[in-house]
Amino acid sequence: MRSALPRPTPETQNFWDGCRASELRLQRCCACHQVYFPPRPFCPNCTSRDLEIFAASGRATLYSYIINHRPLPDMGTEPHSIAVVTLEEGPRMMTNIIGCPQTPEALQLDMQLQVVFEPQNDAITLPLFKPTEG
Amino acid sequence: MKSRSIAVVGAAETTRMGIVPELSNLGLNLDAALNAMEDAGLAPSDIDGVATAGEHPWTIAASLGITPKWADGTNVGGCSYMLHVRHAAAAIAAGYCSTVLITHGESGRSQIGPARYAANPASLFGQFEAPYGLGVPVTQVTLPAMRYLKETATTEEDMAVLAVIQREWAAKNPRAHVRAPITVDQVLGSPMIAYPFRKLLCCLVTDGGGALILTSAERAKDFPARPVYIMGTGEGIEHPIVSMMADFTTSRAFRLSGEAAFASAGITQADVDHLMLYDPFAHVPFYALEDLGFCKRGEAKYFYRERRTAPGGALPVNTNGGGLSYQHSGMYGMFALQESVRQMRGVAAAQIAGAKISVCHGIGSMFSAAGTIIFTNEA
Repeated sequence: MRSALPRPTPETQNFWDGCRASELRLQRCCACHQVYFPPRPFCPNCTSRDLEIFAASGRATLYSYIINHRPLPDMGTEPHSIAVVTLEEGPRMMTNIIGCPQTPEALQLDMQLQVVFEPQNDAITLPLFKPTEG
Repeated sequence: MKSRSIAVVGAAETTRMGIVPELSNLGLNLDAALNAMEDAGLAPSDIDGVATAGEHPWTIAASLGITPKWADGTNVGGCSYMLHVRHAAAAIAAGYCSTVLITHGESGRSQIGPARYAANPASLFGQFEAPYGLGVPVTQVTLPAMRYLKETATTEEDMAVLAVIQREWAAKNPRAHVRAPITVDQVLGSPMIAYPFRKLLCCLVTDGGGALILTSAERAKDFPARPVYIMGTGEGIEHPIVSMMADFTTSRAFRLSGEAAFASAGITQADVDHLMLYDPFAHVPFYALEDLGFCKRGEAKYFYRERRTAPGGALPVNTNGGGLSYQHSGMYGMFALQESVRQMRGVAAAQIAGAKISVCHGIGSMFSAAGTIIFTNEA
């Protein structure tokens, strides 16, 4: 089990509540229509506080990554990916790519990915990504 | 601040560097400060401004018996010292103080009394990066590299060539931590740390420090060493966590910092004789060459393939060996500044004959910040 778990703040609680409900929630500005992440109670593009929260498709592509050969103790003993993905809606987020070999051959930039939710405890579920099947 | 109106009149590194278990994090700062004051022929009572990162300015001032009228504790990672130089020059020009001491010391290797870093689980990093196994910098500042390599057709071998060339410079520096020649095959055969980064593409982890003393150019000629003038300066800030970097193939912080530095110096890239590019990992100088305007995007690799940055090349880069081979305590920026000052004084171990302009560029944290100082030895 991972130990470096997030501690939600009032500004981010909705995102983590969404993950627990298997929804990848993003924010969209009602004034300029910018979609953004990480969550905050105003638009980083135009500062409007008028925003809506919606469930993202969960589809993403692999933007960049490393394969950590010296994992932290709570991440096991095998090399694992640390990746930045581009969500279909635009924003990027840090994650791990799971469900495939943790090798450069299996991890190709721009490959199609789908979110999967991995519960860590009663409060925290992490959004991870796996290669899209088919 | 007017170009060349402020000068470096004192510069020194710690007495010993590399593995220094006899000094604490603070002790390394103070050892460097004493050496820089000796270099300038100054006493603590002559200093009225203090800047540092890692430790607090009040600790440095009180430990040395300095009563500052001005202080700067800006901490934006390893380029903090470039920002300190910039801020100190402005403060002296504004009359807030006359003589500024900037110190760095870090027990990066021996870990004697360092300022402890504990990730805050409610911070942006704690919530949106740390849960995925990110820890030390090799899991963070390296993340943009795969995208850069793909978009620019730069290769792991190009990064290895950079490491080999910097080791050639290190071989000329008695104070470099590692000096034995290496080959591209050795670099590409060294242990994998975080793919695509192997051990010899990563910076050292050593103990050490350095300090600088700045004052007005009018006073500078009265000091023992040849004055080194601040010709231009820049700084830039982008994001708090690397996943928020807008474009993984170019750094906004680098571009902002470089543009400001060249504009304030009134020079172009063609005027530069010597270049220091903070290299925590082997991809970062490629970004710096492009983002500072020395070439177009994707062309930095040719500077290394054609050995333009190597001994004997037209644009010597990282002539101390860099963070990969000289020293890297954690916040390396001070060591890059020290090498630029040595080159401008004409006393570097691998001295570039006739060099008149040196550009010193640093990265802060995970491409989060940047600082650029342009030095000249001509008044």
